[in-house]
Amino acid sequence: MTLPEIIKFVIDLLAVLLLALGIKGLSKVKSARDANRLAAFAMSLSVVGLLSYYLGTSGITIQSWIWIIIGSIIGSLFGAILAKKVPMTSMPETVALFNGCGGMSSLLVALGVAIFPISSWSLINQVSISVSIFVGAITFTGSIVAMAKLQGWLSTPGWAQSKVRHFVNIVFAVASLIAFFNLINGNTSSIWLLVIVSSLLGIGVTLPIGGADMPVVISLLNSYSGIAAAAAGFVVDSQLLIVAGAMVGAAGLILTQVMCKGMNRSLVSVLFGGSLSAQSTASSGSGEYTNITSCSVEECALTLEAANKVIIVPGYGLAVAQAQHTLREVTKKLEQNGIEVVYAIHPVAGRMPGHMNVLLAEADVPYEQLKEMDVVNPDFPATDVVLVLGANDVVNPQAKNDSSSPLYGMPVLDVQEARTVFVIKRGMSAGYSGIKNDLFDLPNTSMVFGDAKKVLNDLIGELKDLGVGEK
Amino acid sequence: MSFINLLWVLLLGSLLGLELIGKVPPTLHTPLMSGANAISGITMLAALTCIVKAEGNVPLLIIGSVSLGFALFNVVGGFFVTDRMLAMFSRKPSNKK
Repeated sequence: MTLPEIIKFVIDLLAVLLLALGIKGLSKVKSARDANRLAAFAMSLSVVGLLSYYLGTSGITIQSWIWIIIGSIIGSLFGAILAKKVPMTSMPETVALFNGCGGMSSLLVALGVAIFPISSWSLINQVSISVSIFVGAITFTGSIVAMAKLQGWLSTPGWAQSKVRHFVNIVFAVASLIAFFNLINGNTSSIWLLVIVSSLLGIGVTLPIGGADMPVVISLLNSYSGIAAAAAGFVVDSQLLIVAGAMVGAAGLILTQVMCKGMNRSLVSVLFGGSLSAQSTASSGSGEYTNITSCSVEECALTLEAANKVIIVPGYGLAVAQAQHTLREVTKKLEQNGIEVVYAIHPVAGRMPGHMNVLLAEADVPYEQLKEMDVVNPDFPATDVVLVLGANDVVNPQAKNDSSSPLYGMPVLDVQEARTVFVIKRGMSAGYSGIKNDLFDLPNTSMVFGDAKKVLNDLIGELKDLGVGEK
Repeated sequence: MSFINLLWVLLLGSLLGLELIGKVPPTLHTPLMSGANAISGITMLAALTCIVKAEGNVPLLIIGSVSLGFALFNVVGGFFVTDRMLAMFSRKPSNKK
């Protein structure tokens, strides 16, 4: 081993160790922020290691430096700007976009090496290039579709909801396989076929998936981008790339599984079941509301004032209305009046697991007040008032009582056990699942219609008139 | 490095990834996904290798450079966004009397 090789070897080893510690630390609240920085440091270390190795061996030409600098500056600049500017509510879309670009990067490297071979062309090379192109393309188009759907730029077209989609996707998949084997057999012209059909496959597979399942898909695509990175590692013969890619791929898979569990969906039904609403309208579309009680903000304020214990159930509607700060003001008033306030966070509240925690933390809600579902569920019978803000499916008692419901078996918050439930909602529209919510029909439930932010603002006014929190 | 050795690396890396994330509180799912996503931008090393080994082949230089741009977009953006999310969790004690 020469000196540059030894140096690179040591740096790579250190980088892998730090990356592993980083991922590990990211799974604990206390260490998460430092762990993220540690991982970022490990990544920069790996770049230094690689560049110093080439400087010590073959050298790096001025021309190469120029292209390295151009690519780095443009990529980092756009990434940093987007990361600083993007609102917290669109976090899932942002992660999807970043992820897609990672896939694109693997795809491009493999393409470049395939067209202009940098080392001798071996079978292993061909296999890894093909895998890299295939997975990279699916990751890219799939992530972009996921992002567009979450942003509302794209809705599910009719054919993607019908059975036709399975046929279409099977055709794409078979075509990718044919191109794949052609390429391995040395027929380099099928490379473009592989790029095109695997891109189409990524679109075809992601397009039918409903909004509620999108986080699972993003997590899965994240896992794919790790696999794509590992494949690119085989292409350029880098162990560091293979280890890091494999770690992300495996960790992403576990995370996907955890998310599926939280939503009571199997990965298979997420991927091939299409959007839940499309199949369920037939079975439970007949459900009409018979016993809706609506009430004014004033009544809501009066009930809140008399309460001892209040539980807030925030949902995505709250985030869309950007009402988390207003909500915080309401709860501050209640707390000043000696009322105990707790936030009940369903594992899939918001659009991604943990998304709601991020949004509430942004509004300075103390971390201790955020309670997870299993912790808070036994508390509901002893609770005076529950405020449901823009949440729907996660508080549907059907999931417990009605075995014919598509939601049956999904873990939900038992808000109906509380003395009074206020549901702040814009209208009677159904949640993501498109399923009727039996909660709204219960005698202890009152609906407060209106935009979450406006209702909360009115609530602050009413509470002020009642002298709550003025002491 | 022989292919077989690289396969060993792949296997052990995957096992490590499976073990690393045992119990994650739901709070951290989004930041963890975003952080892991940033790490998957490690393909930037492949892009760099491509550029260095291009030996004046301009199309390959361009492909490598674009690939490097995409990868760094993923890495830099991913780490910043994760940090932004996690920064919100660490502010917690200021509000408690």
